Amino acid sequence: MVTLIDGSEASLRKYLAALPGVDKVGADQRAAMLSTRSIKTTSKSWAIDMAIRMVDLTTLEGADTAGKVRAICAKAVHPDPTDFSVPSVGAVCVYNDLVKIARESLNLNGGSHIPVAAVTTAFPSGRASLKVKIQDTQDALHDGATEIDMVIDRGAFLSGKFGLVFDEIIAIKEVCGNRAQLKVILETGELTTYDNVRKASFIAMLAGADFIKTSTGKVSPAATPPVVLVMLEAVRDYYLQTGMRIGVKAAGGIRTTKDAIKQLVLVNEVAGPEWLNPHLFRIGASALLNDLLMQRMKAASGFYSGSNYVTLD
Amino acid sequence: MDKNPFEYAPAPESRALVSIKGQYGLFINGAWVEPKTKDKFSTINPANEEVLSKISQASDSDVDRAVKAARAAYLKTWSKMPGKERGKYLFRIARIMQERAREFAVLETLDNGKPIRESRDVDVPLAAAHFFYHAGWADKLDHAGLGINPKPHGVVGQIIPWNFPLLMLAWKIAPALATGNTVVLKPAETTSLTALLFAEVCQQAELPAGVVNIITGDGATGAALVNHPGIDKIAFTGSTEVGKLIARSIAISGKSATLELGGKAANIVFEDAPIDEAVEGIVNGIFFNQGHVCCAGSRLIVQENIYDDLLVKLKRRMSLIRVGDPLDKNTDLGAINSAAQLAKIKELSASGDTEGAFRWSPDCQLPSKGFWFAPTIFTGVTQSHRIAREEIFGPVLSVLTFRTPQEAIEKANNTPYGLSAGIWSEKGSRILWASKALKAGVIWANTFNKFDPASPFGGYKESGWGREGGRHGLAPYLKGAK
Repeated sequence: MVTLIDGSEASLRKYLAALPGVDKVGADQRAAMLSTRSIKTTSKSWAIDMAIRMVDLTTLEGADTAGKVRAICAKAVHPDPTDFSVPSVGAVCVYNDLVKIARESLNLNGGSHIPVAAVTTAFPSGRASLKVKIQDTQDALHDGATEIDMVIDRGAFLSGKFGLVFDEIIAIKEVCGNRAQLKVILETGELTTYDNVRKASFIAMLAGADFIKTSTGKVSPAATPPVVLVMLEAVRDYYLQTGMRIGVKAAGGIRTTKDAIKQLVLVNEVAGPEWLNPHLFRIGASALLNDLLMQRMKAASGFYSGSNYVTLD
Repeated sequence: MDKNPFEYAPAPESRALVSIKGQYGLFINGAWVEPKTKDKFSTINPANEEVLSKISQASDSDVDRAVKAARAAYLKTWSKMPGKERGKYLFRIARIMQERAREFAVLETLDNGKPIRESRDVDVPLAAAHFFYHAGWADKLDHAGLGINPKPHGVVGQIIPWNFPLLMLAWKIAPALATGNTVVLKPAETTSLTALLFAEVCQQAELPAGVVNIITGDGATGAALVNHPGIDKIAFTGSTEVGKLIARSIAISGKSATLELGGKAANIVFEDAPIDEAVEGIVNGIFFNQGHVCCAGSRLIVQENIYDDLLVKLKRRMSLIRVGDPLDKNTDLGAINSAAQLAKIKELSASGDTEGAFRWSPDCQLPSKGFWFAPTIFTGVTQSHRIAREEIFGPVLSVLTFRTPQEAIEKANNTPYGLSAGIWSEKGSRILWASKALKAGVIWANTFNKFDPASPFGGYKESGWGREGGRHGLAPYLKGAK
């Protein structure tokens, strides 16, 4: 493995300072151009199934209950109860106190292959001591989470304390060890500039993230196409430097099949087709899944059915 | 990975959106007339060499009819009409162009070979925007800073190229009409169809007869138009070679002229450039419209210390360019406009090989029929190579390097042309310094090939005379205004 930095804050700062800037106008223009790609017939069918496999089916509400979590777990295994050819989703994503219920419920429904992802580290704000963040993560792992979605300390990032952000990710990565893969949420809506998105992406990758993730879903804007573009460029460049492929998770604001296909086009033409699988690209969503199912039915039958033909959970 | 599982299925735009007639006459005095000699020539789809239609070859006497019709319309109606009323016609034309945008886009792509994505998203919307913009000027010419109550020349002869047929028509006709001139326009012989569709739009807008006349034909028709004594002003966009011929033939004739000619633009990438966007800008600069762009960024001048990294990224990006059916909505690079142009591109590229530059193209399957050229870069190019000096007008990029900013400017300016240039740097002071030092009419910073009707466009040196667009572009259409 190539080491790009020696772990010190000085080497981290030097590395980040050497990253090229992102020109906003150009990045927006490239993302807009790629969103004009017209994905039809066979490639659309392929994309719909791939998008379903990439969904991290998510419920992250204060009002979440065991019942709600059971409902989405059943759906995660067989998104369409009338058609078992529909693939299972990529993961189920819940708060850490519901991990146990999610795990049991998935196993019960024949979904033992589906990982449970837990949001931790005082999600969504991340405003807690490192001790609490570690405990939060340990709880989730103990209950059976095999994916950890942590948030970075945006306050530290914006005040220039890159070392602090970096060390915190390393600490959580250590907790995860081999038991879970780590997704690092940048909350790009709070970082606001593409330069910051690029810097934060590299901090997370250098600290050992398995995935870099756009957003918590609690802040808007979230996974806009240009933000995802910048993050996909980051994983591509990191691969060219180290030979390691880091995943990207786009979360927040992706509600329609059209939105999801635009994301897949970005993956295909920015990071490359090697990233077109659930191990390297995920979409954090809840409402999206039903739209994908309705589009899938339309592709099969030629008719667009209404929301009464998909399950509302 | 051997095969990409996410191959995009064909997504062709419907050809049925346009109905192309078997043959076309000339549009003179608001009506379709047959050329006196009955001569017709074929216009083909350069993507598959299919004959699309038969176009009329206008002779000297047809040119004479058109100029006389334009003169009569000028004297009887157009010069007497208040600017406010002229503006209404321009607004109407602009709206009809928007309403028929898909038709124009498909027709342009069929006749020219450019990708539908570009005709749909660039050519047609910008053409309509030029009419909207100039419609607004028609009743405000007193306030353009070009003198009180400025007067039109009268009858303007306009000759446009094949690279942006409809857009160049709009660049020419919109300011001419807004300023109160009447027009005889000749489209390029390989791309007449959208101009002929525009003639229908003039009829639909009930533009008074003779205000716009469209005559088709080859260079002989163009020469007859330039030399006609009834023409007060010439507006030409095309090659520097023909531009010089026009300048010679109108010398001492009293005709004024704007000439928008060739270019060999430098796209300068400094070490502190936003690299990913610079790569996009380089690709857009040279591969937009198959490189058939007078202001194309055909010389990449890159700082030596980032050369290797940039080339890796550029080659990777070039291998994503989708070459093929121009009507497919996912096509990025379409067909070369004509066999003659393809031959010219091949000849100049061959000179790159023999003079010692290194040619590279991504793997791409070119269609067997039609005129095609893969996206190409030449590295190891020096200032003394032909491909660094002559306009190729195709998807071929010459890559040069520099060591200091001064050297970059020196190389960029060391050309007989001076139409456009690009600067890529995150450092504001460097952008301002470089843009002052570059001798080019249009300079883009951290972007390329951006056009707007409000922005004047034109060249230094052998890239032409005068400006088109914006307030500056009104002046050449008004007597005495500079």
